Amino acid sequence: MELQTLTFIVVGFTFAIYIAIAIWARASTTSEFYVAGKGIHPVANGMATAADWMSAASFISMAGLIAFKGYDASVYLMGWTGGYVLLAMLLAPYLRKYGKFTVPEFIGDRYYSKAARIVAVICLIVASLTYVIGQMKGIGVAFSRFLEVSFEVGLFAGMAIVFVYAVLGGMKGVTYTQIAQYCVLIFAYTVPAVFISLNLTGNPLPQLGLGSTMADGSGVHLLDKLDLVLGDLGFAAYTEQKGSTINMFLLTLSLMIGTAGLPHVITRFFTVPKVRDARSSAGWALVFIAILYTTAPAVGAMARLNLMNTIQIGEVGSAEGNLLYADRPQWFTNWEKTGLLKFEDKNGDGRIQYYDDKNKDFAATAAAAGWKGNEMVKVDRDIMVLANPEIANLPNWVIALVAAGGIAAALSTAAGLLLAIASSISHDLLKGVFRPDISEKQELAASRVAMGGAIIVAGYFGLHPPGFAAQVVALAFGLAASSLFPALMMGIFVKRINNKGAIAGMLSGLGVTLLYIFWFKGWFFLPGTEMMANKPENWLMGISPEAFGAVGAMVNFVVAWVVANATEEPPEHIQHMVEDIRVPAGAGSASNH
Amino acid sequence: MASNNAQDYWKANLRLVLGCLVVWFVVSYLFGILLVDVLNTINIGGYKLGFWFAQQGSIYTFVVLTFFYASRMNKLDREFDVHED
Repeated sequence: MELQTLTFIVVGFTFAIYIAIAIWARASTTSEFYVAGKGIHPVANGMATAADWMSAASFISMAGLIAFKGYDASVYLMGWTGGYVLLAMLLAPYLRKYGKFTVPEFIGDRYYSKAARIVAVICLIVASLTYVIGQMKGIGVAFSRFLEVSFEVGLFAGMAIVFVYAVLGGMKGVTYTQIAQYCVLIFAYTVPAVFISLNLTGNPLPQLGLGSTMADGSGVHLLDKLDLVLGDLGFAAYTEQKGSTINMFLLTLSLMIGTAGLPHVITRFFTVPKVRDARSSAGWALVFIAILYTTAPAVGAMARLNLMNTIQIGEVGSAEGNLLYADRPQWFTNWEKTGLLKFEDKNGDGRIQYYDDKNKDFAATAAAAGWKGNEMVKVDRDIMVLANPEIANLPNWVIALVAAGGIAAALSTAAGLLLAIASSISHDLLKGVFRPDISEKQELAASRVAMGGAIIVAGYFGLHPPGFAAQVVALAFGLAASSLFPALMMGIFVKRINNKGAIAGMLSGLGVTLLYIFWFKGWFFLPGTEMMANKPENWLMGISPEAFGAVGAMVNFVVAWVVANATEEPPEHIQHMVEDIRVPAGAGSASNH
Repeated sequence: MASNNAQDYWKANLRLVLGCLVVWFVVSYLFGILLVDVLNTINIGGYKLGFWFAQQGSIYTFVVLTFFYASRMNKLDREFDVHED
C-alpha cells in the first residue's frame, strides 16, 4: 500500500482510540478533573507519566542530538532520567501525602503566603507554555511531512484532538489517553531500532547491539568502527568528550533538578491512591522512560554510522570513494524536498563529500583529494529518527508507525502541560486568590474554559512561533530548577524555612538565572539586546546559560536558609503540617480544599 | 504516635535517602563525567566503561535505586508503625 494512505490509516486509528477513551473517561468532579480522583494504579500512572514526560523532543530530537554529539549528549540521557530519582525520594511521596491538587497550592500553604503561591503560578505558566509551543510545532511538522497536508491543517487537527479529550476528561481522560499513547510511541520507537540493530550487529536488542561487533564478519566493535569512520573524515571521535567537564556536570544537574521541579510531572504523583504508590510509581515511570532512553543511544550511533556509510562508500580520498549525487537514495531526495537536508557540489565532481572542513589537521588530506569543503551543507539532526527506517530500508508500515509515534509523543505532553496550566488558573488564581466562594461546579466549568483558552493560546504560538521558541527551553528548566524545586524540597526537609526565606530564595534564584540567560540570549530574547555573545569564552567559568539553573538553585537554597534564620520561626501550625507530611499514615482521605 | 518515634523514623529515612543519593551521584557524575577518561581505558564488551555508564549504566542504576528506595521505605513504614491504613 502507498505510504501516505497507510499513514492516514495508522494515525487515524490511533486518534479514534484516543477519542473513545475520552468519552469513556469523562470527569464529573473537580477531583477527577485535577487528579483523576486519586484512583490511578501506580503502574498505570508510571506509564502515563512516561508519556507525559517524553515529548516530541525525546522522540524525534534526542537520538539525532546523540548521533551528532556522541558522548557529549550523555547529559540529556542522565539529566532527564536522574531527575526521577530526586522526585521519588525528595518530593513525590510527601506531596502526595499533603493531598491537594496543584504545585502552587502546596507552596502557598506551606509558606502561608498568597504572594508565594502567585510566584509559583507564574513560574508554572511560563515553563509550561514554553514547552507546549514546542509540542504544537512538533505536531504540525509531523503532519505536514507524513500526511502532506499544510502545517496549519496539521496543527488544527492536533488542537481539536487535544481539546476533545482534555476538556472532556480532565486528568482522568488525559491519564488513560496517555497510557494508550505510551504504547503507540514506545512500539514506534523500538521496532525500527530492533531492525537496524539486527541489520548492523545481528543482535536484536539495541542496548546490546551498541556494544556488539559488526555483523559484516570483520570482528570490529560497532562503537570502535564509528570512531574510526568519523576519524577518517576529520570528525571528532564519537565516544570522546568534546565540551568542558564543568559545563557537562552543571548541565546534567540543571536538567535533573529541572525535571524534578516541572509541575506537570509532579502533578502526576497526586493521582495515585497512596503514599507508597507515589514512591513505586516514580520507579515505574523511570522503567518506561528507560526503555526509550537506553534505546536512543543505539539509534543515534547506528543512524550516524548508516549515514556515513551511505555517503562514503569507498576509501577516503579515492575518486570512487564518494557516492555519486545522481545515485543518491530515495530518502535523501525526500528530505531534500523539506529543506532539512541540503547538498552543494562545491568541487563540481558530481560526488558527495561529507567531512569536517573546520578541522585543520584534516585540511591537507582533503586538499590532496581535491575536496573543496563539506558538501552536506545542511543535515538537520531532527530528521535522524524520522529518516531512520527509510535509511535502513524498512517496510512502509514501520514508517507510518513512526509518524503515529511522533504525534502521540507530542499530543500526550501537550495535554499534560495544558492541564497543569488550566488547573493553576482555575484552582490557584480563581478559586485560591480571586473568587474563593465559587462552587465546585463553577470551578469545574472554569477549568474547562481555562483549558480551552490555553489550547487556543498554545495553538496561536504554534502557528506564529516566536523567534525565541527554541531558546526558551533553557528558561523552562532554569525556572523549574532555580525556583520551584528548592522551594518544594525545603518546604518538606527544612522546617525552619519561613515565608520570607522562601520568597527571598525563589526570587533571588530566579533572578540570577534569568539575568544570566538574558545576558547571553538577549533581554526577553529580543535579538540584538545580548550583553555579550553567547560563546564559551564569554561564559562565567565556562557555564552555558542552559546549565545555569543548577547555580540558581544553589543561590535559592543559600538565600532562603540565611533569610529564614535571620527572621522569625514559621508559626506552629505550619511546623505541625510539615511533621505531618513526613509520615505516610493518614493519607487515605484526600482533602478537597 | 509518640513524637520520638516520628523523629527516629525521619532520621532513618534521611539516612536511606542520603545513601541512595551517594550511589546516584557516583554512577552519573563520578563514573559518567568526572572519571570518564580513567574508566574509558577499561572495555566491557564493545563499550568503553565510562561511556557505558554515561549512556546506559547510570540509567539502569537509577531504575534499581528508585525501587530499592520504595521497598525499603515501605519496610520502614511498618517498622515504625506509620504505614497507611
